[in-house]
Amino acid sequence: MRVPLRWLSEYVDLVLEPEELARRLTTAGVEVGEIITAGDWQNIVVGEVVKLDKHPNADRLTLPTVDIGGGERRQVVCGAPNIAVGQKIAYAAVGARLLDGHSGDAMVLRKAKIRGVESQGMVCSEKELGLGEAHEGILVLSPEAPVGAPLSEVLGDTVFDFDLTPNRPDLFSIIGIAREVAALTGQKVRDPSIQYEEKGPAVKGRAKVTVADPDLCPRYVGALIEGLKIGPSPDWMQERLTAAGLRPINNIVDITNYVMLEMGQPLHAFDYDRLAEHHIIVRRAEAGEKMELIDGSKHTFTNEMLLITDADRSVAVAGVMGGFDSEVTEDTTAVLLEAANFNGPNIRRTSNALKVRTDASTRFEKGLSQHLPPVAAARAIKLMVDHAGGKAATGVLDKNPGKAKEGRVTVTMERIVRVLGIELSTKRIREILTALGFGARWMPPDRFVVRVPYWRTDVSIADDVIEEIARIEGYDQLPTSQLRGQIPELVPQPRRDLRERVRDALVDAGMQEIITYSLTDLESLRKVLPKEELAAAPPLRVSNPLSRQWEYARTTLRHALLDTLASNLRGDQSLISLFEMARVYLPREDDLPNEVEMAFGVVSGREPDRWGRPTGEPANFYAAKSRLDHVFAALRITADYREATASAYLPGRTAEVFVGGVRVGLIGEVHPRVVESFDIGREVAMFEVDLDALLPHVSEIVHFQPVSAYPAVEEDLAIVVAKDVAAGRALELIRASKLVASASVFDVYSGDPIAAGKKSLAFAISYQAEGKTLSDADVAKERRRIVERLQRELGAELRA
Amino acid sequence: MAPDTDIQQLEASALEGLDAASDIAALEEWRVAYLGRKGRLTGLLRGLASLSIEERRTVGRAANELKDRLEEAHEARRHAVEEARVEQVIVGERRDVTLPGPPLPRGRLHPITQTMRDIVASLSGMGFQVAEGPEIEWDRYNFEALRIPQDHPARDMWDTLWIDYEKDGRRPMLMRTHTSPNQIRVMEQREPPIRIIVPGKCYRFEATDATHEWMLTQVEGLAVDEGISLTDLKGTLAEFARQMFGRDRKVGFRCDYFPFVEPGMECRIDCFHCRGDGCRTCHQSGWIEILGAGMVHPEILANAGYDPERYTGFAFGMGVERIAMLRYGVDDIRHFYSNDLRFLRQF
Repeated sequence: MRVPLRWLSEYVDLVLEPEELARRLTTAGVEVGEIITAGDWQNIVVGEVVKLDKHPNADRLTLPTVDIGGGERRQVVCGAPNIAVGQKIAYAAVGARLLDGHSGDAMVLRKAKIRGVESQGMVCSEKELGLGEAHEGILVLSPEAPVGAPLSEVLGDTVFDFDLTPNRPDLFSIIGIAREVAALTGQKVRDPSIQYEEKGPAVKGRAKVTVADPDLCPRYVGALIEGLKIGPSPDWMQERLTAAGLRPINNIVDITNYVMLEMGQPLHAFDYDRLAEHHIIVRRAEAGEKMELIDGSKHTFTNEMLLITDADRSVAVAGVMGGFDSEVTEDTTAVLLEAANFNGPNIRRTSNALKVRTDASTRFEKGLSQHLPPVAAARAIKLMVDHAGGKAATGVLDKNPGKAKEGRVTVTMERIVRVLGIELSTKRIREILTALGFGARWMPPDRFVVRVPYWRTDVSIADDVIEEIARIEGYDQLPTSQLRGQIPELVPQPRRDLRERVRDALVDAGMQEIITYSLTDLESLRKVLPKEELAAAPPLRVSNPLSRQWEYARTTLRHALLDTLASNLRGDQSLISLFEMARVYLPREDDLPNEVEMAFGVVSGREPDRWGRPTGEPANFYAAKSRLDHVFAALRITADYREATASAYLPGRTAEVFVGGVRVGLIGEVHPRVVESFDIGREVAMFEVDLDALLPHVSEIVHFQPVSAYPAVEEDLAIVVAKDVAAGRALELIRASKLVASASVFDVYSGDPIAAGKKSLAFAISYQAEGKTLSDADVAKERRRIVERLQRELGAELRA
Repeated sequence: MAPDTDIQQLEASALEGLDAASDIAALEEWRVAYLGRKGRLTGLLRGLASLSIEERRTVGRAANELKDRLEEAHEARRHAVEEARVEQVIVGERRDVTLPGPPLPRGRLHPITQTMRDIVASLSGMGFQVAEGPEIEWDRYNFEALRIPQDHPARDMWDTLWIDYEKDGRRPMLMRTHTSPNQIRVMEQREPPIRIIVPGKCYRFEATDATHEWMLTQVEGLAVDEGISLTDLKGTLAEFARQMFGRDRKVGFRCDYFPFVEPGMECRIDCFHCRGDGCRTCHQSGWIEILGAGMVHPEILANAGYDPERYTGFAFGMGVERIAMLRYGVDDIRHFYSNDLRFLRQF
């Protein structure tokens, strides 16, 4: 909402500089988004007439000498009758941009001789400055205007562009802003005049209003103005409309727009003679009903939309836009003026459905006061009488008047203290409320009965009134305090705790955290998920996606990690390891999706050498596994890896991850075809863990194990097994022995002299007993048992 | 051979050998050769058996004295050799201290995670506990229960991504536009006193530019108890702002509107670039908006089954990206989710 300050100043004295005024308004919740300075005058300054000579060759011209500051004087030729010595005037130097005093066209001031005398510049009229129509005389400035100052500083209009909140429809008007300014600066509001003479015959019998659906139209005021002459509206009105951002059209349309900006009440003028039977009917549309609007757009309506019709056809979409057929034209001589109140949500629904948003609909949808239509109608009638030659009919048609009651709210001092935390004097409270137009009656011993002014549709409970008091007093004036009282009982957050521990462990393992978008496209999902899975459980779709790229709620993060990896490749082999912790959204029947907490990681590139250069082994399955195992170690849990196949992963290099017998994730090298589809061009290993599945197996509590007082015996054991035997299986069999305190693989070998199809596995085993020192014989006996078990279960042979 | 002579010869050869031993290994070899269990001095002492008691005593004493001398000489020599070794390292085997050590992998948290943790830590210190909620929500929690009914103009404040799911002719499911719905979920389940924060991702139907992203991260705060007032809200936010942006920050409040609070406010800090004079960061205003807040609307308390005459509360909400941009001087919000490692590795 754009508010030109010169217009605003008609209703309230502006006693503060624009910047300070904007600051106060903003602090009070009426946010000035931008201050725009209008009046782009260059080479025009304040001058003082210091001498006035007669023109030697023309009686009606004078030769004023103008002091333009800095000790400089200019003699100009002037035709204005009102010029006098001592006046402060607007002096334009050669080169200034002005409007031509007669034609109104833009021009650049040139050197000129007028009737034989050179004019060194010009003294300007309002019209030449673009400030108004007056051209009979020069514009006389305030005596305080400083000589030599650029005119824009003295006279330029400033426009406040407000970012208003939807709870205050009353502020979508100049008068509404004026009320705020008055309350904040201790000034009085001057309401615009709504007095006019009713010179025409009674409206009754010559026009009729029927409201068929009063639930959607609580009030409808219709007024008849005849004898109109359509033409341009007065210049001052056109200027104000332009400054406020509206385009002048003709006097009638301009007046309806002017009053809408002035008072916040949208109006509509129908051509009285084009209304069948001079009858306005407000009713719901019939489904499928059609109409062409003023802007030329054609629409079809549903029966939830409210129309304005005459006896034969529809003439407007209520509260949104008028119809093409009943528009005011050059031939119009009489109008039926509509000032109505419509149901806000209904207008909003209609305007959204038709995709037509207008100055009217944005006001109506916020819920205007039902008391406003007659006031705004009177104002518009007055302007039509004054500026369009109109003759107002006697009386107006007013459907459903007086239904809305003025609001009354009781506010106790106790409530004020409870909400604001401090006491304010009754005097100050009354002062603030009165300044805002509220009535405040003190009811001893402890409460105010507050009468809410009709335009404040947003105030209905005590706390609303308390906000009024606080915002005018200024929140910054209130003291601060700290929360006291009981701190609520701790509610454990195991899911979050686990997520943050995993996050830290992954960072610890040298991985970089990324955060990617939760929405994606089907194409990305298809690259990494099996078709059948996508078909069986399609991801949730956004019905109004910002772009096709962000249309589906993701059920995996595989594509996101691979995409991010691809976008960070810089043409070398540097190791990149990324992870992300995020939710996936698994659809459920008729319910919110299951949001599963996941951790995803990718590793790609070569391990760095002693100098940090990527010359080592390309990161593979094991690079991913060491990072994932690092996480499990941090959580003090052990995971089993079982070879498996999974979409997007390379068979033979992929495993399912089990913890406590439950599948918690996947790990593997990414299938070369998938790598290719992401344009990565090098090997990638990836893992994914379902934290919700993992959660039950993670314990915060560490159980202390006594450290054995007896020495351990360390031994190596090498066996030969078939190539497809998993080392983990052998380790399991070794660890099954009670005397084995720990065991690990330290070598895997195939090739000469190991037979083809076989491999050698070497284990480091630590034997230890709880209650004694093991003898060589004890160890030998245990070793024999282990070897027997390995032979029996795996067909292993002891390696010579 | 007279024992005396033997001792003298042994000493001479031992000392000569000791001089020749130039490293620790040679010294140890020498020690075994002369002083060890099977060494020459022991051998000499064993030879005493054939002597008379008188001689044995004399020679024995001499041998023991020799042992002491050799041990002393050995110790001195060992010391000298070690000193020489250290000297060698110091003089001839210097490390180039400017060379790097072998690289260790370095991981980092995303700057949004880091900022989120700082925010949570600050508010945890004031007794606020984390309570998380779903990112895909019902309209009821995201809007209706927060006093933003269907067709309310305030819905324009939160342009929404709707899930393609219809029930009774309406779309009730959406990507949550703020973390506020979890206020309602928590109030449905708990009784006052309540002091929670809700961190999490939110989504808006919004074109992206340098200051707007369609995916964003918020932290919501809610405190409900007897005796909570606006001054407590101001105090809590002022303390939070100073913890996040420096103790010398000035904190300001202005009236603002959110349907679920009354009175509503916006919290601002004085611009730390220009200290309030006006610059590009603060759009010449001297102030930087950091969050929205207010006293919980009594209707919302009543809907949760709390007595609004007895309980009051406050709520606040902030965008983590905005806080991170201000703290790190990031000029474009789109950096955060483009995940360029050249950006992420700076944090």
